[in-house]
Amino acid sequence: MSEIQNISRRSFIKNIGLASGGLILACNYTLFSKDIASGIATEFNPNLFVQLNPDGSLIIICSRSEMGNGVRTSLTSIVADEMEANWNRVSVKQATGDAKYGDQNTDGSRSVTDFYETMRTMGAMARMMLITAAAKKWQVPENECTAQNHFIIHSSGKKIGYGELVDVVTTLPVPTNITYKNPKDFKYIGKYLKSIDVKDFANGSAVFGIDKRLPNMKVVAIARCPVTFGTVKSFDKTAALKIKGVEDVIEIPRIEKPFGPLGGVAVIASNTWAAFKGREALEIKWNCGKNEGYDSEKYMIELTERVHKAGKVEKETGDVNKAFGEAAKVIESTFQLPHLAHAPMEVPNAVAWVQGDRCEVWAPTQSPQSAQEEVVAYLGTTPDKVTINVTFLGGGFGRKSKPDYIVEAAMVSKAIKAPVQVVWSREDDIKHGYYHTVSAQYMKASLDAQGNVTGWLHRSAFPSIMSTFKPGTDYPAGWEASSAAVPFDIKNFKIESGQAPAMVRIGWMRSVINILHGFSTNVFADELAHAAKQDPLEFRLKLIGSDRIEDTKDPIKYNTARLKNVLKLAAKNANYNKPLPKGHAYGLAVHYSFYSYVASVVEVSMIDDKVKVHNVYTVIDCGTAVNKNTITAQLEGAAVFGMSLAYYGKITAKDGAIEQNSYSDYRMIRMNETPKVHVEIVESTEKPTGVGEPGVPVIAPAIINAVFKLTGKRYYNLPLSDYDLV
Amino acid sequence: MTTLLINKKKYSIDVDPEMPLLWAIRDSIGLTGTKFGCGIGACGACKVLVDNVATYSCLTPVSTVIGKNITTIEGTSENLQLLQKSWEEFNVPQCGYCQPGQLITATSLLNSNKNPSDTDIDDAMSGNICRCGTYQRIKSAIQHTVELKKHR
Repeated sequence: MSEIQNISRRSFIKNIGLASGGLILACNYTLFSKDIASGIATEFNPNLFVQLNPDGSLIIICSRSEMGNGVRTSLTSIVADEMEANWNRVSVKQATGDAKYGDQNTDGSRSVTDFYETMRTMGAMARMMLITAAAKKWQVPENECTAQNHFIIHSSGKKIGYGELVDVVTTLPVPTNITYKNPKDFKYIGKYLKSIDVKDFANGSAVFGIDKRLPNMKVVAIARCPVTFGTVKSFDKTAALKIKGVEDVIEIPRIEKPFGPLGGVAVIASNTWAAFKGREALEIKWNCGKNEGYDSEKYMIELTERVHKAGKVEKETGDVNKAFGEAAKVIESTFQLPHLAHAPMEVPNAVAWVQGDRCEVWAPTQSPQSAQEEVVAYLGTTPDKVTINVTFLGGGFGRKSKPDYIVEAAMVSKAIKAPVQVVWSREDDIKHGYYHTVSAQYMKASLDAQGNVTGWLHRSAFPSIMSTFKPGTDYPAGWEASSAAVPFDIKNFKIESGQAPAMVRIGWMRSVINILHGFSTNVFADELAHAAKQDPLEFRLKLIGSDRIEDTKDPIKYNTARLKNVLKLAAKNANYNKPLPKGHAYGLAVHYSFYSYVASVVEVSMIDDKVKVHNVYTVIDCGTAVNKNTITAQLEGAAVFGMSLAYYGKITAKDGAIEQNSYSDYRMIRMNETPKVHVEIVESTEKPTGVGEPGVPVIAPAIINAVFKLTGKRYYNLPLSDYDLV
Repeated sequence: MTTLLINKKKYSIDVDPEMPLLWAIRDSIGLTGTKFGCGIGACGACKVLVDNVATYSCLTPVSTVIGKNITTIEGTSENLQLLQKSWEEFNVPQCGYCQPGQLITATSLLNSNKNPSDTDIDDAMSGNICRCGTYQRIKSAIQHTVELKKHR
């Protein structure tokens, strides 16, 4: 059985719940990706759909979550392009959480990377079938027909709309020999498409999770222990119940799983304000548990001590100690970076309605399958009885990959036998997150008399993301540690890691481990350039060294020529070699992550001892660029995201409790601080790679490097607000 | 019962007079375009126009806006509609969540200033956070709207 089938027969249509009467191309993504080479497909379980209706409208399923990543536009435009469809006839149907879609966890900047070929294939097949159908209808050879903008055109000039071909096309088998469009004929891929949802965003009609309403729905606010994993000792609900709109107060237990709710006291109310007010009125005594001693300031001192001693060797080539011994100059630096919170504009929230062993959820989730899995486990039911509807996400950044807030909604709904909406306050979001890790890093390098780097030691200590999945984990996972292995052409090279137990829930946040390793390696390389009395750009290009493919053991290889290219282009776009206005300086950084190459050159000045970023010149090589509008937007946004963490990003804990509260003390960059961001996308026919995250890690180090040029001071720790520089 | 005038329509609701306008709009009246972001007036996602001026609805008790003209993102106003078109043209939104508040704030700016400078725009818009970082496009879209209006 082929992997992609024409399933327009009624029985199938009924099974998959789509309207009948149209061409539906369905593809088993999992089988397609894994078994296309061998042609093995034992079970037909369609998941990705293209549905062409008799009126010519085209519906394409999007199985990934929309959170500003533009995925509902990019993925569907790939199909539309290959199909020669008219973009104005396309609408998107958001998939629910279901194993049949293959991996749906919208993180890792991989939606286009993973689905590009599949979407192209679906589009190409549909186009070929439409040509066949028209040829049949007209009784002409297929090679006299071409597809163009929702029509099949015969060489004689006559044409027929796609919708009118549905009756014939539904009777056809899917082609096995696929002809793809020549990329030079792409109409949408590689162009600047607006978001397919832009109108709904601008008029306020887009439905985010928090906007979901059900009849008789209750709103729930949950008081959670200030200390991670603390539990309820006792509580008094008398005052809370007196508040107008508060209907009930119940305790919910913690579920000891990676994505398990923290537990606490839930206030059930008729509206959100009453729920929040009722929660304020609760009197709760907590058992704070073993994390009560967490003091992030002291913890940082311990982490730093650890990286100043030999650690666990993660990677080693040559002999760094020998290089250090023979060096003309040895440089050592220590970096300290704090926890960060995702703080998406839309707080975690979910609507759940449990009825017996069934549950329907509406939630802004990056990972509807994880949500389904957790709700299924909680209810002791089966996946077919739990539907996860994915709304728009008001930002995700990794926070909404963790469905703890969805399970909370299911717990309360089950307890009170009514539909509920759990809404986190901003304070809940800041204080009970899955934080970006805290880290100390020690770096040491040696230079010879000519200023060449002869040895490089990088030692990091940070709580691992794996501590969330396997409690007690106190060393980084291999992929976390190895992300420090920058492709510098240095003979003696060593990566080490230090012990670091987790005292809060550690999660992944936009660009993840690259935030800390991209920062330290870029700042340190700049420091070495100055120590060698060389220009940072020339020095860095030399450090990356010859054109070569690094063996990363990944399916997509790491090409140093592409890394150098983005750096050179960013410098060119910034006019790097031309003098800047007095008091302005450039800083640069370049980093490879999510299989993409990104460099940023930033223009910075100091005004009254405060940092001002004027321009950011970012260049990305992400292989084939699908939607350049989205890519540009993502890099503009990444500059702001990177600046927020560089300027203000710091989550601290005292006596186990997070000290920050809201956007007032966990600040974000605002418009008055925003630089002009100039984006260039490298033209490429390579496989498409990550876009959403790789623009972030270069920003903070580029700023630090510019500040050094201006002030002669090297800032190793973030955020800059700690130095009173912003 | 409290009567509110929202988008030129009267709504009678039974709420605590101290309830912030945000929750009256979202939960009691059911207009969900106005967003909750922080509840403390730090992000601007909740902004609505009260007598043409952008106001943090999360900090505004219902009792203080009785009889006033309230406009939400679902409402109509010349400047709002022009800005919405520019928002589409510049493909401003990423996740889209903060954009109603951004548009309301921009509308308020254009209501009071026909020709805002770069600094005027920064000053007016800096009460609104966009975590996706769409500020550059927001500014371009506002400037474009100003230019459009000049040439009408």
